[in-house]
Amino acid sequence: MLINYALGILFLPLLSFIILILVGKRLPRQGDWVAIASVLITLILSLAMFGSMLLSHDPGFSHEASIEWMDLGAFRIELGFLIDNITIVMLLVVALISTMTHVFSIKYMAGDIRYSRYYAYLGLFTFSMNGIVLANNLFSLYIFWELVGVSSYLLIGHWFEKDSAADAGKKAFLTNRVGDIGFFIGVMLIFTALGTFNYGEIFQGVAQGDMAGTLLTLAGIGLFMGAIGKSSQFPLHIWLPDAMEGPTPVSALMHAATMVAAGVFLTVRLFPIFTPEALLFIAYVGGFTAIFAATIAITQNDIKKVLAYSTVSQLGYMILAVGTGAYIAGFFHLVTHAMFKACLFYGSGSVIHAMHHALHNKHDHDTDPQDMRNMGGFKSKMPVTYWTMVVAALAISGVPLFSGFLSKDAILAGTLAFGTHHPQHFLLPIFGFGAALITAFYMFRLIFMTFHNEPKLPELYDDINESPKEMTFPLVLLSTLSVFIFYTLPYFNPLSDHGWFMELVKAKDSMVPGNPSAHEIAEGIHHSHTLTMILSTLVAALGIFLSWSVYLKKRISADAWAEKLAPYYNLSLNKYFIDENYDKYLYQPLLRLADRISFIDWELYDKYFINGFGHVTKWLSFLTGRTDYDGLDQTIVDGLGRSMSKAGSTLKEVQTGRLQNYMLFALFGVVIIVIFQSF
Amino acid sequence: MDSLQTYLFISAILFSLGLYGVITRRNGIAVLMGIELILNSANINFIAFARFGGMNLSGHVFALFVIIMAAAEAAVALAIIINIFNNLQTVNIDEAQQLKL
Repeated sequence: MLINYALGILFLPLLSFIILILVGKRLPRQGDWVAIASVLITLILSLAMFGSMLLSHDPGFSHEASIEWMDLGAFRIELGFLIDNITIVMLLVVALISTMTHVFSIKYMAGDIRYSRYYAYLGLFTFSMNGIVLANNLFSLYIFWELVGVSSYLLIGHWFEKDSAADAGKKAFLTNRVGDIGFFIGVMLIFTALGTFNYGEIFQGVAQGDMAGTLLTLAGIGLFMGAIGKSSQFPLHIWLPDAMEGPTPVSALMHAATMVAAGVFLTVRLFPIFTPEALLFIAYVGGFTAIFAATIAITQNDIKKVLAYSTVSQLGYMILAVGTGAYIAGFFHLVTHAMFKACLFYGSGSVIHAMHHALHNKHDHDTDPQDMRNMGGFKSKMPVTYWTMVVAALAISGVPLFSGFLSKDAILAGTLAFGTHHPQHFLLPIFGFGAALITAFYMFRLIFMTFHNEPKLPELYDDINESPKEMTFPLVLLSTLSVFIFYTLPYFNPLSDHGWFMELVKAKDSMVPGNPSAHEIAEGIHHSHTLTMILSTLVAALGIFLSWSVYLKKRISADAWAEKLAPYYNLSLNKYFIDENYDKYLYQPLLRLADRISFIDWELYDKYFINGFGHVTKWLSFLTGRTDYDGLDQTIVDGLGRSMSKAGSTLKEVQTGRLQNYMLFALFGVVIIVIFQSF
Repeated sequence: MDSLQTYLFISAILFSLGLYGVITRRNGIAVLMGIELILNSANINFIAFARFGGMNLSGHVFALFVIIMAAAEAAVALAIIINIFNNLQTVNIDEAQQLKL
C-alpha cells in the first residue's frame, strides 16, 4: 500500500514530464493541467501517507522495499525505497512546494514561449527530488542526485536567450560537478570498504567497526562535499545567487524544497556514519556559510539576491545543526524554512511581476524590476503580498509564535550545547547567533525598502497592482504554514518545539564510537534551551529594531555607515570578490593550462604526430599507387593487351585476301611436311 | 630412258610449272592454263604407273576420267571468267574481290 503510494509519488511527475515533452504543445492550454494534476495527486498521496503516519504515531516506523537491478556477483545494485517518518515529512514538503510552484507559475509564466516545456521540466525536477527522498541506497540516491543537477540546469537556463541565464545554468551544473566528485568518491569509499550501498547495511557495517577511523572520516567528508555543492555551502555557494536568473517560482522550488534541500537531506540521512572529525568539519563549513552569506545579504539591492544569500545562510544553519549533532533540528529547520522561504520567493515573484507589468505599461525596458531601490511604498498597493511576506520574514528572523523560532531555537540550542561541551569551538554558537541577528536585519531591510517609505519611482506607482489569485493563494497558504501551531500540534506552547514533529521524527544514535548518543545531544539541547530562547529572541528583536531605525525611521543613515565602513561595505556588496578570485586564481590558470594542453595537442601532437602519420601514409600510398599504376597496370595488365594487339596487327598482314598467297602458304606447308617426312 | 623415274620427273616439272603459273599469274585464263598443266602432270603419273607400277587398266581409266573432268572444269571456269569479264571488264583475278555487285 505504502509502496504503491510511493511509486505514484515518484512516477507521476515523470509521467507528466514525458507527456508534456512529447505532446505538450499540442494539448489545450499547452498541457499545464497535466503537470498540475500530477503534482496534485502526489500531494494527495503524500498527505495520505502523512495522515497515516500521524494516526499510527510510531516514531520508529520504517519500511523498505527494493528490487534487484543488477547482480554481478560481488557487485549487487538495488533500486529501492526507504520510507520512514523523515521520508514522509520530506515527501509532503516537496509535494506541497511543488504544487504551489505549479499553481503560482500559471500566471507568472503566462505567455512564455516555452510554457509547456517549463512545466515538463518542473515535473522532471519533482521526480528527481522525490527519488532522492525515497532512495534506500547510495546508488539510487546518486542517480537522482545527478537528475536533480540536470533538471536544475534546464530550469535555471529556461530563458537561455539571455546569456546570463545560460551562463548561470552552466555555472550551477559545473559547480555541482565539483561537489559531486567528492560525493562519488565518498560513495565508492563506502562501497569498497563495506560492499554495499544500502543505508541500513552501511550503518550496520559502521556499527560493527568494519569501517572506521580516517577512512570513514574521509568518506563522510566526501559525501558531505556533495552536500556542499547541492546545498551551496562555502566555497561552492557561488552558483546559487546566479541561479536567480531562472524564473522566480523555480527559485522558490529549488531553494525551498528541492535542489538545496537535497544536500541537507543527505547529511540528515547519513548522520549516523559521520565521525566526530567529519561532523566538526561539517559544523564549521555550515556555521561559516551561515554568517558569511548573511553578511553578503545585507548589502544586496536585488530583491532576489537578498533571498538567495539568505537561503545560503539558512542552509548553513541546517548544516551547522547536523555538524553539532542536532540534526533533527536541522531537518526541522529544513521543513519550516521550506514554507517561509518559498513564501518569500513567491512574494518577491509577486512584486517583480507587478513591477514588470508597470514597467511594461510605461514601455520602460531599462529599469531593473528586481532592484529594491526602484521600489518602496507597495504596502497599500499589494496588501496580500505585503502581509504574507511580513509573516514569512518574522518566521525567518526567529520571532516567537512563528515556525522559524522553533526550528532556529533548536539549532541554536544544539550549537550552544556543543559550544558549552567543547569550549574550544566557541566560534560555532557565535556564528549561529551572529547570523540570526544579521538575518533579522536584512529581512526587514527587504520588507522596509520594498513596501514602506515613499515610492522611489512615483510614475510607476499607480500601475502597481496586487497579483492575481493564482499567485496570492500560495502566498497565503505558505505564510499560514509559517505559524508555530502547525508544528507543535497537539500542543499549543509557542515557545517549545515539542509537537508531532519532534515526537515522530526521532534522532538516531550515531553508529560511530566516540560520538555522543542521541539522548546526550537531546539533553544538551534541553539544558541550553531557555538561555537560547532568550538570546535568540533578543538578537532577532535587535536585528529588527536596527533595521527599523535605519530603513524606516532613518534615525541612522545607511549611506553614512556604508561610507564609514567603506572597505567592508564594498567587500560585502561584491560578495567578498569570491567570483573574481575564483576567476583570477582558478579559472584563468585553468584556462591557461587548457590553452597549453591544447597547444600541445594541436600544434605539436596533431601537427607532427598525427599529420606526420598522415604524410607518411600519403607518401606510402602515393608510392604503392605509382607501383600499381605505372608498374603493374601499365606494363603487365596493359602491356599484355598492347602486345596482343600489336601481334594481331602484325599477323593480320598475313591475311591478304589473295587466293594465290594462300596457295603459296599451302605450298610451303606441303614442302615443310615433305621435308619432315623425308627425315 | 624408258623408266618410271623419267616419267615421274617430267610429271614433277610439269606440275611445278603448272603450280608456278597458278600462283604467279594475275590473269584468270593463265591460272586456268596452270591448272590444266597440273591435271596433265597427274595424267602422266597415272599412265606411268599404269605401265610400270602395275596399275594396268585402272591407270588408263583414271586418266580418261581426269581428261573428261578437265574438259568440264575448263568449260565452267571459262564461263565464269567470261562473266567476270562482262561485269568487271577485266580478267585479273585480284580485281574480283566483291562477293556482291
